[in-house]
Amino acid sequence: MEPVKRVAGRMAPLDLADVDTDQIIPKQFLKRIERTGYGPFLFYDWRARGDFVLDRPEYAGAPVLVAGANFGCGSSREHAPWALRDFGFRAIIAPSFADIFRANCYKTGLLAVTLPDSQVRHLIDLVSEDPTAEVIVDLEARQVRGDGFSYRFEIDAFARECLLGGLDEIALVERHHKDIAAYEQRRAEWLPAVK
Amino acid sequence: MPNQAKTLAQKLWNAHVVRTAEGEPDLLFVDLHLVHEVTSPQAFEGLRLAGRKVRRPDLSVATMDHNVPTRGGVRAADDLSRKQMEVLAENCRREGIPLHQIGSRRQGIVHVIGPELGLTQPGMLIVCGDSHTSTHGAFGALAFGIGTSEVELVLATQCLPQKRQGDRAVNVEGELPLGVTAKDIVLGLIGRTGTSAGQGHLVEYRGPTIRGLSMEGRMTICNMSIEWGAKAGMVAPDDTTFSYVEGKPHAPKGAAWEKALEYWRSLASDQDAKFDGVIELDASKLEPHVTWGTTPAQVVPVTGRVPSPRSETDERALRYMDLLPGTALADIAIDRVFIGSCTNARLEDLRAAAGVIQGRRVHPKVRAMVVPGSTSVKRAAEEEGLDLVFKAAGFEWRNAGCSMCLGMNPDILAPGERCASTSNRNFEGRQGSGGRTHLMSPPMAAAAAITGHLVDVRELL
Repeated sequence: MEPVKRVAGRMAPLDLADVDTDQIIPKQFLKRIERTGYGPFLFYDWRARGDFVLDRPEYAGAPVLVAGANFGCGSSREHAPWALRDFGFRAIIAPSFADIFRANCYKTGLLAVTLPDSQVRHLIDLVSEDPTAEVIVDLEARQVRGDGFSYRFEIDAFARECLLGGLDEIALVERHHKDIAAYEQRRAEWLPAVK
Repeated sequence: MPNQAKTLAQKLWNAHVVRTAEGEPDLLFVDLHLVHEVTSPQAFEGLRLAGRKVRRPDLSVATMDHNVPTRGGVRAADDLSRKQMEVLAENCRREGIPLHQIGSRRQGIVHVIGPELGLTQPGMLIVCGDSHTSTHGAFGALAFGIGTSEVELVLATQCLPQKRQGDRAVNVEGELPLGVTAKDIVLGLIGRTGTSAGQGHLVEYRGPTIRGLSMEGRMTICNMSIEWGAKAGMVAPDDTTFSYVEGKPHAPKGAAWEKALEYWRSLASDQDAKFDGVIELDASKLEPHVTWGTTPAQVVPVTGRVPSPRSETDERALRYMDLLPGTALADIAIDRVFIGSCTNARLEDLRAAAGVIQGRRVHPKVRAMVVPGSTSVKRAAEEEGLDLVFKAAGFEWRNAGCSMCLGMNPDILAPGERCASTSNRNFEGRQGSGGRTHLMSPPMAAAAAITGHLVDVRELL
C-alpha cells in the first residue's frame, strides 16, 4: 500500500445521514473478482435519478467527501471504499462511521476522519457556498485545516501508523509467527477442525 | 487484579489473545473463518500475488450463498455470478478449504450452515466477510463481520489485530405476548436505539426473556446487532445452547464433550461485571413491529401509523417508500412476500410462518416465496410437510440462498414493488432497484401474504 500522509484539495458535500453501503455500491456491482473498476458505479441509483450532488461540475474531481453521521453503515463490502477511491476520493469526513466500513477504508488507503457535528456542518456549509474552498486533511498532524480554521481529529494510533508507513498488515502479523504457533499449541482439543 | 469481574465478551476476547503490546491492537486468533463467493475472490488473489498460502484451511469453511439462483441450479446464474462461484471453487480446491457448493447437501447461507454443522460452538471466535456474522454470537461466541482485506489477513495468518471494544448489555424481561417474536424484540430495540448506538461495542443480550428463547430466536436477535451499529452481539450459552450443539456433525463427543461443557459453563458475565451501559426492554409490552422507512430504526408497532418526519432522513425515507405520515400500517398494500435470509429462514421460522398459512391462500395480488436458509433446512421442512403447506397456499418453494434479502441473484423486486420481508435491511434498493421493503417477523410476513396488506398477525391467530 502507498503511504498516506495528507490529502489536500476541494471538497464534495453529501449532506445525508445513514448513507449505507448498498447506496455507495449497489449489489449488482459486487460480482467482479477484481479490486478495481467500481468508480463508475458509485452511488449508481442516486446518480441515475439525476442531479446528484457528486455529478455537479463544481464538485468534479474533489478528493475530500464530507458526509453525515453513520456513513458506511450496513454490509461489510470493501467494494464501498474501493468504489469511493476509484471515483477519486482520498478522504472522507463525517461525524461518525460504521465500524467495518472505517476499517475497510484504512485497508484501502482512504482516510476516514471523524469530526464533531458542528465542524462537519461548517465544512458542508462552506463547500455548499464556495465549491472552490480547499482543505488539507493532515494525518501526521491529525488536523483538518482550511482558510481560517484548524480542526484536530482523533484516529486509532495503529491505523495511523499503518497508513503513514504504507505498511503491509499481513507482513506485520506474520512477524509474530512464533506467538501464533504457540497459541495454536494451547488451543483446546475439542475445537472443530474441518478435514 | 486477577479476580476482577469480567463480562462474557471480555472472557471471550481474553481467551483469543495471541499477543498484546502497548499502543497496538490485540492480536486475536480466529477459530473459524467462514468464506463465501462475493467477498473472497480479491482476498485469494491477493494471497496468490504475494506468494502466500492459507495458514489453516482446516479452520476455514466455504459455501456459495449470496448470488446462487434459488431455482434452475448454477445454469440459471448470470455469467458474472457463475464466474464468482467457479473462482471460489477453484480457490478452495487450490488451498484445500472444504466447500459446500451449490447443489450439495449442506449448502446454504453461511450463517445458517455454521450452527447447523456444529461448527459454531460456545467460546469460539468466528469471522466472515459478511456483516451478519454477529449471528453466531447466539452461541456465546465472539463473532463479527470483516472486509475483504481482513479476509485475506485471516486466510494468511488465522489472526486479526483488533482494538478492544466497549461492553454493552441489553436486558430483556417479561413474557413475550402471543404473536410477538424475537424479531420484534430486536426491531423494537433498534427503534429505540437508532442505527448507530452500538458502534464500538460488544453487546450481550441477557435477561429471562432471552434465556427463554430458542437458539433460532437468539440467532435472529444477534444477527441484527449490526443494524444498530454493534461490533458483535452475543448470548451466554446455557442448556438450550448445549442441547442444540450436542450431536451436530462437528460437535465434540464423549470425553471431549464433557471437557468442552465444563468450559462452556464458565462463559457467562460475572455477577459484578461492569457494562458501559445497560438498555432495559420489557418484552411483555411489545407488539409485532414493522419498518416503514429505509433504515431498520424507522420502525413502529403494526397497530401504529406512519409517523411524521422528524429529520431529513425521515423525509427521504417517506419519499422513497411513497408513504404519507398518519397512514395506518394496516392500510398499506403489498405486492410481494419474502420469507428467507440469515435472520429468519431456519426451521422454526418456517414452522411459525406455516402455522399462520395453514389452510389459507395467498392473496391473489401477492407473489410470495419461501427461501429456506439452507439445503438442510429445506430437507427438514419437507420431511415435516411444510413445503406442502406453503405450496398449497400459493407460495413458491425455492432452494437455499441469500436470495431476495440482497437481490444479487435473479430474485429481485421490480421498481415500485412493495415487499413484506423477514430479512434484515430495508435500505433503498436493497431488494431490487426502486423496490420498497418492510421488515417483520415470519408470522407477520405470512399474515401479510394472506391479506395482501400489512396486518397484525394476532388477528389471524
